[in-house]
Amino acid sequence: MAKPFIKPLISPEEAAAMVKPGSSLMVGGFNYGGAPYTIIDALCRGEARDIDLICVDTSYFQTKVPGPVGVARLVTDGRLRSLVASHIGLNKRTQELYTKGELKIELIPMGTFVERIRAGGAGLGGILTPTGVDTVYEEGRETIELDGRRYIIEKPLKADIAFIRAYKADAAGNLVYYGTNRNFNPTMATAAEKVVAEVDEVLPLGAIAPDDVVTPGIFIDALVLKGEGEYAART
Amino acid sequence: MLPELSEERARERIAKKIASELEDGALVNLGIGIPQLVPDYVPQNIRLILQTENGVINAGPTSEKKDLRIIDAGGVPVSVLPGGAFISSELSFAVMRGGHIDVTILGALEVDGEGSLANWMIPQQRVPGMGGAMDIVAGAKRVYVATRHFDKNGRCKLVRKCGLPLTGRGVVDVIVTEYCVIRNTYGRMVVTEIANDASLQTLLDKTEMRLDVSAELKRSRF
Repeated sequence: MAKPFIKPLISPEEAAAMVKPGSSLMVGGFNYGGAPYTIIDALCRGEARDIDLICVDTSYFQTKVPGPVGVARLVTDGRLRSLVASHIGLNKRTQELYTKGELKIELIPMGTFVERIRAGGAGLGGILTPTGVDTVYEEGRETIELDGRRYIIEKPLKADIAFIRAYKADAAGNLVYYGTNRNFNPTMATAAEKVVAEVDEVLPLGAIAPDDVVTPGIFIDALVLKGEGEYAART
Repeated sequence: MLPELSEERARERIAKKIASELEDGALVNLGIGIPQLVPDYVPQNIRLILQTENGVINAGPTSEKKDLRIIDAGGVPVSVLPGGAFISSELSFAVMRGGHIDVTILGALEVDGEGSLANWMIPQQRVPGMGGAMDIVAGAKRVYVATRHFDKNGRCKLVRKCGLPLTGRGVVDVIVTEYCVIRNTYGRMVVTEIANDASLQTLLDKTEMRLDVSAELKRSRF
């Protein structure tokens, strides 16, 4: 089914309800920056469980910060079935689950993480990367030698749903980003069946010049306005 | 003799020494810890372009504005200098892996005589994930390791062969400690410079890594 040209503005709860038991879900963000906090909060209030999460880190859950931040709550509330991530050092619960083998967690190099998502969105069968060759990461992975250099063969990553964070949208879902909030969001926008962007503001059609558009609206299904939550408001 | 140094003084010596080797215009990626001190010691006539893996080109000092939408990889709000840019993670890792970074400066848990580096995990103790560490060593033009010569228990961090899981094999170009500079010269680790308050013989005796000494060994103030 084609995506609507003019994007519906939906509630965070409606966005969260798209995630069903067993859904694969990409969530944008790096450290605490550029995550769709308002949608994540709604997801944490809902019923979703058995989520296969693809998110570069699992945000903050550690002694210095009171309570789990953003996607960290999906981990601490036990809503995940599996996780693909690159860094879990800021979330003590994710590390505990990983160490005890209680959650299926795949830890991969960050550049590999983003290129696998790009491959998913770009219709590639995979990528070849020198990253991780001759390390423990290589164990159990297929490699290939081309022109005298060895590469790890990496498969594409795709998801049923992606929740991303942008700065402003126009009515057609064209997106611009702010600062380092950009991170994985534009790449994830290309690699999921349904993509919802949380934004500060929705501008009239054409208010973003075509030259300035970073993610064209063709990838977007719906928009959510950012809420007043502590992290949503400050990031 | 190797002089006993405070943590602060040792870190300063390492950062200052590396800063003195950087070229004007270099695109530089910094790891956490001692590497982050290096920009403070770069001479006025040298302009570095700092890249952060989360997407800043030409990052400046910590920002007073506390805008949480512009942060470095450690989550600290940073400024962006004139001529800078924000990029996606996709492009940022293309920059890192694609051979566009002139110099990366990284910390170490262990670094060995084959130029291999371990700096991302301690099995059963600390398993944070590799983040961008393996990508940067796979793609940077020059890899500097900035490390104390010995760990807190007095064990030399420059080892014969890394026991910890590697970040990359044979990837290190230069090691700088508070006592010396060691260069990976066609796979041999060569001491090219030593602090004028350190004894070469003691350094060689106390360093587990097999070291060669340059015929043009330079003695200098660290």
